[in-house]
Amino acid sequence: MKYEPVIGIEVHAQLKTDSKLFCGCSTGFAAAPNHHVCPVCLGLPGTLPVLNRKAIEYVVRTCIALECEVSPASRFARKNYYYPDLPKAYQISQYELPIGRNGKLTVRAGGREKTIRIHRIHLEEDAGKLVHDASGGSCVDYNRTGIPLMEIVTEADVRSSEEAVAYLTSLRSILQYIGVCGANMEKGEMRCEPNISVRPVGAEEFGTKTEMKNLNSFRAVRLGVDFEIERQIDAIENGERIVQETRRWDEATQTTQTMRSKERAHDYRYFPDPDLVPVEVSASVVELIRAKAPELPEPRRVRFISQYGLPEYDAEVLTGSKAMADFFERAASLHNDPKAVSNWIMTELMGCLNESGKTIDECAVTAEDLTALLELMGKGVISARMGKDVFKDMFASGRPPAEIIKEKGLEQMNDETAISDAVEKVIADNPGPAADFRAGKKQAAGFLVGQVMRLTGGKANPKIVGRIIEDKLLSE
Amino acid sequence: MELCTKTASELIGMLRAGEIDPIDIVDSTFKRINDKEPDVKAFIAVLEESARKRAEELKDADRSLPLYGIPVAVKDNMCMEGAQTTCGSKILTPFEPPYDATVVEKLKAAGAVIVGKTNMDEFAMGSSCEWSAHHPTRNPWDLERAPGGSSGGSAAAVAACECAMSLGSDTGGSIRQPASLCGVVGMKPTYGAVSRYGLVAFASSLDQIGPFARDVRDCAMLLDVICGHDPKDSTSIDREPPDHVAALDAGAAGMTVGMIKDLFGEGVEPGVRERVSAAAEVFEKMGAKIKEIEMPIVKYALPAYYLIAPAEASSNLARYDGVQYGMREDADDIVSMFRKTRRAGFGAEVKRRIMLGTYALSAGYYDAYYLRALKVRTLIVKEFEKAFAECDILMSPTSPSTAFKLNEKIDDPLAMYMMDICTIPVNLAGLPGMSIPCGLSDGLPVGLQLIGPTLGEQALLRAARAFEIGSGICGMMPGEKMD
Amino acid sequence: MKLTREEVREVAYLSRIEMTDEELDRMTGQLGAILDYADMLNELDLEGVEPTSHVIPMKNVMREDVVKESCGVEKALMNAPDRFGDFFRVPKVIDEGEGH
Repeated sequence: MKYEPVIGIEVHAQLKTDSKLFCGCSTGFAAAPNHHVCPVCLGLPGTLPVLNRKAIEYVVRTCIALECEVSPASRFARKNYYYPDLPKAYQISQYELPIGRNGKLTVRAGGREKTIRIHRIHLEEDAGKLVHDASGGSCVDYNRTGIPLMEIVTEADVRSSEEAVAYLTSLRSILQYIGVCGANMEKGEMRCEPNISVRPVGAEEFGTKTEMKNLNSFRAVRLGVDFEIERQIDAIENGERIVQETRRWDEATQTTQTMRSKERAHDYRYFPDPDLVPVEVSASVVELIRAKAPELPEPRRVRFISQYGLPEYDAEVLTGSKAMADFFERAASLHNDPKAVSNWIMTELMGCLNESGKTIDECAVTAEDLTALLELMGKGVISARMGKDVFKDMFASGRPPAEIIKEKGLEQMNDETAISDAVEKVIADNPGPAADFRAGKKQAAGFLVGQVMRLTGGKANPKIVGRIIEDKLLSE
Repeated sequence: MELCTKTASELIGMLRAGEIDPIDIVDSTFKRINDKEPDVKAFIAVLEESARKRAEELKDADRSLPLYGIPVAVKDNMCMEGAQTTCGSKILTPFEPPYDATVVEKLKAAGAVIVGKTNMDEFAMGSSCEWSAHHPTRNPWDLERAPGGSSGGSAAAVAACECAMSLGSDTGGSIRQPASLCGVVGMKPTYGAVSRYGLVAFASSLDQIGPFARDVRDCAMLLDVICGHDPKDSTSIDREPPDHVAALDAGAAGMTVGMIKDLFGEGVEPGVRERVSAAAEVFEKMGAKIKEIEMPIVKYALPAYYLIAPAEASSNLARYDGVQYGMREDADDIVSMFRKTRRAGFGAEVKRRIMLGTYALSAGYYDAYYLRALKVRTLIVKEFEKAFAECDILMSPTSPSTAFKLNEKIDDPLAMYMMDICTIPVNLAGLPGMSIPCGLSDGLPVGLQLIGPTLGEQALLRAARAFEIGSGICGMMPGEKMD
Repeated sequence: MKLTREEVREVAYLSRIEMTDEELDRMTGQLGAILDYADMLNELDLEGVEPTSHVIPMKNVMREDVVKESCGVEKALMNAPDRFGDFFRVPKVIDEGEGH
């Protein structure tokens, strides 16, 4: 029998506010445990939460980008459960009335477009962090407690790991574009929990689903989702029943494992948080936020094609991340050949990034340095071949191209007398190929040019070399 | 007359005239506390050292501060740096908050001298002060009897002149009922009028801090200091608070006072009914009109309250799990630690309410219990709105009985809950309510409850002051019996 | 609805309060009596009545996104029953179930 997977994805995105969701503690990196805490986020008796306006604005911005309806009235609820990283023994979240509902995101996967519906978007506070210590106990750090998290839940519209990755890639890009979330999965700024079930192709009913945790990269999502789909199909074919449970992706064994015992059902006893009042986002406020919203990836892609004359593929790759698109636009504004800028970013820059595992934000080359290099090549100061080596050096050292060229003495040799001397020497040393060339074997020129370049340490302008060889051998 | 028996307004007059210094009042107050505490036991912690230090500092401070040099006691569920806040519970023993509640900040800024933390039923759940994990407090009018609760310590301390005024909290009657039983003035302001920041939560949608004093003027003075918007409390009402003292002497002439007939019926002691009915005549004498009001919905307030308050409490008290503060029972794993700590740390009444609230919120019962109770709450709010369309204020007994004997009701939860039958509707509707003494029955104080519309504190205080003048009952104190 | 001891046992677990069988029996009786009393609310017709969770109608109470200084690690840990360096220490966490 053929099976089809049915996947819904829950994403927790950490919002880029300066302060926590309900208190003034910093959301920034803290070097030591329990340093970014106060009586409110520690949940000390008597303390009360006060909502961060920016967090609401960011969620509304996301709702607009994902075409959600923004609820005119939403409210916060308490989700009650005991865990040592949860200081109040309840998490302030949203239940019945989330901020956003009924949105959608269209992504490209497997060469075709696919629309994934967004079920809801809500705001909640993060919990702390548990570290297991050598003594057998556990240690609690509340620095992360109260950092705003936005939960984005899709409908069960995803049908493959490829679609899952396409959705997450596109979502990450949007969140970065609208500036609400760093969305780095490895750093935990964006956490994803797919729920997966399988059913015979053509069946209406859903199978029993499992939820997956600990997917910390796009690669893990792809491998984990594929593994889980296979596991479920194998189980069904062997006559086993799928158990509704949470499974953890184990990077070491590349498998999923049961994480939660289901002895006791969860009963979170949600109820409206009496310490907070309802949030009403009026249509006019939505419009205000919409007016301030930054350009999204899709319109930017279209603009790159029309404004810079880029091919579809280049425009798509460059707008894939906001930082990359910003880099391109900065460089394009400094140089008169946007296509050349795009070529260099797409081949040299991205090549270096891939090789080093760095992101564009960590890249030492500035848009100014890249265009300076293009100018130097345009003026013939160095060859295109040299340019590639200089760029590698720029990427590694962060130094401007002129400095590297000067220090290494890489300026192109354009002096015709010097080149002529070298050509003469090469012809004298290689009578065979010279004779071949004279006899009309044009391919022999390549060898001779190569020899001249070797003799000049690669600095001779290859165009001039070619012309002089031709002059000398054919005019004789 | 000893300084400690004077009202705050009398003391302020003497301080401003330079006749006395704050330290003189502190001396008199702690002498009184040392005399009375072995019997009354109103305090969980007496803060003599810090109070003396404060009085010394105040000597050179601005004497025009509103509570300059006045000894004030604070219920032990309000946080204050440098002192323990136990909420009358073992589970918060020890707990020293690293911050001040907003009301404590305001008291300090107003020049008050905080003399101690007062006893209470554990986490403010109770009506007798007998559910304190520390010790029961006794009623200064009769040491065999309970002072009421849960703010029994704050009421008894004012009645016994161990302080001029005090703060309590009121979730279902916890200020008004002990005020009634101890013969003092107590007020629960409109929900949101006083910041709850730093008040250890029992039921967040009902809790409100309010003043105790020996007369209405002092009550208004303390209210003026503690009320006002607080950006740290999202449910705090954002408005410029009125001057409550200035409104005091407008009299009751022309006011319509509604008598809630449904709160004079079954279960109300004849002596109480008689005194409160007589109070209506005083209002008439002062030029007010009395109107009988029927509010059949009020009998549903108690069952609705015993679903809503425990539901919120079950969540508010979940944080007492032995992780960050308070007591911890050792165990090998975290779940056992939670369960053992909470078993050992909470008393019987608190456990009962946590369990009740957990049940009312749990899957399958939420609609039948919690949601239903919230809908009944809507009906109660509406019925009060209807009553205030016809009346300026409403009146009823505060408590159906005078002070009852210690141990009399401790084994019968429902009988204890009935003690708040007249006060609970007011919390559910978020309205201001106060209790003022309206005479004695068999030598024990009877409280008259006055209820105002939302933010109608001025009308309440004005009526209460008119009653003091008309009845001549003002600054009632326990007689020789207690000495 | 008649409350059973097994339901009360489950509620005690949800509330993280350890109880003996004897205590469960007593609690079942007491909670049962209170719930019977609360059944009085069934007398009322609540068709179309909205629930009230906030008595004072308020909305959109928010603060600006401004960082305030934290209280400091020593104040945070001053009441800790057990600490390890700057961490709160607790017994072994066995039930991963409810965490994030």
